[in-house]
Amino acid sequence: MIAWLLDDSPTSRLQATLGRSYRVFTALMRNPLAVVGAVIILVLIAMAVFAPWIAPYSPVGQDLANRLMPPSADHLMGTDELGRDIFSRVVYGARITLLIVTMVAVIAAPIGLIVGAVSGYFGGWTDRILMGLTDIFLSMPKLILALAFVAALGPGIENAIIAIAITAWPVYARIARAETITFRDAEFIAAVRLQGASPARVILRHVLPLCASSTIVRVTLDMAGIILTAAGLGFLGLGAQPPLPEWGAMISRGRTFILDQWWVATMPGFAIILVSLGFCFLGDGLRDVLDPKQGDKS
Amino acid sequence: MSAPLLEIDGLTVTFPTSRGPVDVVKGISFSLGRERLGIVGESGSGKSMTGRAILRLIRKPGLVTARTMRFDGIDLLSQSERQMRQLRGARLSMVMQDPKFSLNPVMTIGEQIAEALVTHKYLLRRDLKARVLAMLEAVRINDPERVAKLYPHEVSGGMGQRVMIAMMLIPEPDLLIADEPTSALDVSVQAQVLDIIDDLVTGKGMGLILISHDLNLVGRYCDRILVINSGEIVEECVASKLHEASHPYTRGLLAAMPRMNETREELPVLDRSTWTTGAGT
Amino acid sequence: MSTPAIHLDKLTVSYGTTKVVHEASFSVAAGESFALVGESGSGKSTILKAISGLAPDWTGTMSVLGKARGHAPDVAFAETCQMVFQDPYGSLHPRKTVDSCLAEPLAIHGIGGRDARVKDMLAAVGLDQRFRFRYPHQLSGGQRQRVAIARALMLEPKVLLLDEPTSALDVSVQAEILNLLKKLRRENGLTYLMVTHNLPVVSFLCDRLAVMRHGRIVEIAGVDALKSGHLKDTYSRELYAASGGTLQPA
Repeated sequence: MIAWLLDDSPTSRLQATLGRSYRVFTALMRNPLAVVGAVIILVLIAMAVFAPWIAPYSPVGQDLANRLMPPSADHLMGTDELGRDIFSRVVYGARITLLIVTMVAVIAAPIGLIVGAVSGYFGGWTDRILMGLTDIFLSMPKLILALAFVAALGPGIENAIIAIAITAWPVYARIARAETITFRDAEFIAAVRLQGASPARVILRHVLPLCASSTIVRVTLDMAGIILTAAGLGFLGLGAQPPLPEWGAMISRGRTFILDQWWVATMPGFAIILVSLGFCFLGDGLRDVLDPKQGDKS
Repeated sequence: MSAPLLEIDGLTVTFPTSRGPVDVVKGISFSLGRERLGIVGESGSGKSMTGRAILRLIRKPGLVTARTMRFDGIDLLSQSERQMRQLRGARLSMVMQDPKFSLNPVMTIGEQIAEALVTHKYLLRRDLKARVLAMLEAVRINDPERVAKLYPHEVSGGMGQRVMIAMMLIPEPDLLIADEPTSALDVSVQAQVLDIIDDLVTGKGMGLILISHDLNLVGRYCDRILVINSGEIVEECVASKLHEASHPYTRGLLAAMPRMNETREELPVLDRSTWTTGAGT
Repeated sequence: MSTPAIHLDKLTVSYGTTKVVHEASFSVAAGESFALVGESGSGKSTILKAISGLAPDWTGTMSVLGKARGHAPDVAFAETCQMVFQDPYGSLHPRKTVDSCLAEPLAIHGIGGRDARVKDMLAAVGLDQRFRFRYPHQLSGGQRQRVAIARALMLEPKVLLLDEPTSALDVSVQAEILNLLKKLRRENGLTYLMVTHNLPVVSFLCDRLAVMRHGRIVEIAGVDALKSGHLKDTYSRELYAASGGTLQPA
């Protein structure tokens, strides 16, 4: 099987693609930090998927008799001011975090990629207008911009996702543009143009695949920032609305008791730190692996 | 001739890869007096690695081993990195392929040449300037005063390469290693640059190692030729007897070159399988 | 004479405000192999770029196989004329297999039977079928150049523009590629317009040559004049001497 994957002369398209993916995968597995990151992300995904089986209590079920209990065998992370089990809320919170992160990536990365690639490929006025727009978005603080959008659209998790996506794409546009410019005049691009390919085809099929790896790396590294922005919005009460167990909102609620009942704010805080760190490690590992020159080494 | 200037015995350069260590240079031996030696080979033959190994410029994880590597009585293998730095430039110099990558873009040409000199010798500023201008003149730059004030991007490729040569030769080294010094240049400039190297080397009685892929060029400018293929010397011959070379590889290379004054329907192609198991084209 | 494969009349090409080619005129007959010779910066490659549409800023008239050329690459032109680039390391997309690189022109032009065509073309340029799904970094320089030539021939053009196709290759590999180019021309009746600085290559592969200097054509001669050393212009003779010198063993 492995010999088939690593065959120097693959006999089909599928084998060539799988072989390449396998090489990326093994290279990634050689990097211990990347493995740690990947494990954290996998745990997060598992938590989100299997939340009902992992969480011992309901995330919203109140138990006023047991409010603000410290961590114990019954309540691993203690309970909050309404007697809800914090561990269960953190587990269910993984769903919200994952939803926000994927939705933002799915919306922001393609927009950024296309704006950047179009801008870099055509140059001239197209470039000036698109990059001017990008710079306007870049020059505003992310959280403040997201705040403004949420304020305009109304609080709620969907609007928070849209607001974060709107603030996230300019970075990808910048990266994609810079990459596009480096190979816009490359001979392999000239060759497809000479074959009669339309600009749309050149950008979609030849330019974007080359920008993709650096964007993937950047998105992974940005995940931490996205989680924090989402948590920030939640903290300010403009993200997920109660009783949804969003980590940022949980910290916000725990703020009141931070001196006497530290666990209420700290536990979701740990979750945010851990997941952010996981994405950072994975992103760093991916950067080493997806470097275009890597192919020559393996 | 007295003791040789450079003695190499069993030089091996090894690089680790995912499939185990690979020898790019496989135990080659030669010695060099104050003469012009050509090392010829195709890309990947290990010819550049040989040049770099002599200057101990192979970076980790590359590994250089040899039974002997002696330059003018100094054992190069046992020198510390600091001692090597003193040797490099002062007594052993190297001219690289492309001047664009070897010159510092933010220093003027005059400053760079002067720098090459003061690193190894203390000189008064006035003397320094005179030496720099004299050196530029020696590499046949007509207007040294003006050129000394230019930045590398303001000069042509041929001029840049002459500046490189000036820089390498101003400390008056004993051995010059020229790695493809002209392959980035136009044909008419190539001859000029090589003539300059040739003049300076023979005039000062230096040793020269000319590394190139071009058999004829090496044949014209060297006394002796080593033909190298996949890290091994396959043939050693006197330059003037190049066309009498006996090894099939050398003969193949000579035959594969198109010539201007002949009509051939097809060029003979090297049959690599006869002496190596290396990758085909 | 029938319609020339390539005809240029007073072609002037500019990059920005600088004129790189000044009023170049020549004609290449169908089936002929014509070389543009000169040193770097002489404007020889720029002429190829102007013909192919990659250097859109030009004046004068150009026609390929009797059709006037526009200022950009277009679909119809792609089927009559293709280009092979100098650097085999830069002319193949690093993330695409040989197969998708060769199938792409067919996909653009909506041509079917891609599998069979790719296989046939690999055989025609002397590449084993096992190279079909390799990535460029798994190929040597000579193999890459074969792929680049195969890609240019996928649309079965009649005219091939060759931009220093062998200057980045080793001598022994250069011989293989030159033989291949000669064979393909003979078998398919191709017209070549080749840019090179290497006069011996011209002598091997071409019928006529134009010598360029500082953006102007200084001489157009038959390859016989090159072989016998009867070039007329002083600069051509200089170039000849410089190349001849490197060729004859001392």
